[in-house]
Amino acid sequence: MIVAERKPLAEIVAALGKCRKVLVVSCSGCTAVCFTGGAKQAEVLASSIRMHYRVAGVPVNTGTVAVTRQCDREFLQPIEHRLTGVDAVVSLACGVGVQFLAEAFADLWVVPALNTRFAGGRVGTTLWEERCRMCGDCILHLTGGICPVTRCSKSLLNGPCGGAAGEHCEIDSSIPCAWIHIYERLKRAGRLELWQKLQQPKDWSRGNAGGLGRLAREDYSE
Amino acid sequence: MSSFKPKIIAFCCYNCAYAAADLAGTMRLQYDPCVSVIGVPCTGAIDLTTVLTAFEEGADGVFIAGCLKGECHYKVGNLRALERVKYLKRVLSEAGIDGDRLEMYFLSAAMGSRFAEIAKEMTDRIRGMGPLPLNGCPEEGEGK
Repeated sequence: MIVAERKPLAEIVAALGKCRKVLVVSCSGCTAVCFTGGAKQAEVLASSIRMHYRVAGVPVNTGTVAVTRQCDREFLQPIEHRLTGVDAVVSLACGVGVQFLAEAFADLWVVPALNTRFAGGRVGTTLWEERCRMCGDCILHLTGGICPVTRCSKSLLNGPCGGAAGEHCEIDSSIPCAWIHIYERLKRAGRLELWQKLQQPKDWSRGNAGGLGRLAREDYSE
Repeated sequence: MSSFKPKIIAFCCYNCAYAAADLAGTMRLQYDPCVSVIGVPCTGAIDLTTVLTAFEEGADGVFIAGCLKGECHYKVGNLRALERVKYLKRVLSEAGIDGDRLEMYFLSAAMGSRFAEIAKEMTDRIRGMGPLPLNGCPEEGEGK
């Protein structure tokens, strides 16, 4: 899932500027799962915005509305009636949701409330970790299900680099060396030949280095 | 400032602090009538928005009183409440409200005199801080 974190309130209200009728739109997708963009967080943010302005002596009108997934146009149309008279919308979705919201309502001033961090999952009660960098050319079948692009600090395709100390990365001693883990896993599976095979450079144009990503599915029709 | 009569909401767990407040009454212990006690089945059941609403609706201070650590009838409800209080203190500070207007206490049903002490402690604290800065500005909003 997409993992995101809340921006500081000061940044959000600075972006709101003189807007006094604000609608906070939550997203029940990824950001709700990582406890930053769900309906409850929207209520807390709306309350924070109200209190911030009231402390400054400025009454503000806020409301909240929940959207199943802001990255899906069909879920955005049903909230159109809530936007009447609204000066600005604060979106608790990832960067994708914010853009879909802005695209769906061309005259709407949309403020992002979150910083989108990475694609990952939860590894502790309150700890999320990156697992995929969306390179568009997956090699997990060659590396025992451990992604070196994401989990090796140098994104090496042929590792380890020699800088690992005590099975941890030289860049950050709290991060396990991905390539040592890959080696151990391939060894356990009896497939060390995969590790010995030299990996050719990846086609990075398929990932985030190639401009706007597009995926057309010809096997589906409208 | 001396004429300021704070409004303090005390969310008290039925299994401990609420009974302690009862005991304080039975013991004829005096505490400021500005403290309004609201009973809850467990402090872990208090939602973030419930506390924020209390402030928005005019409370100058809020305290949550749950069971002693390790004695929650729902195991960890009071510890969850403590985490929420820590988070809410940050939320309040971000919005320009002193986080010390919110506090968490732990006590047992037998601690009537401690309840009276806590009520006095919070009343003195809030009286020292003065009225909540929100209370001068009228609220407006469909979310309310």
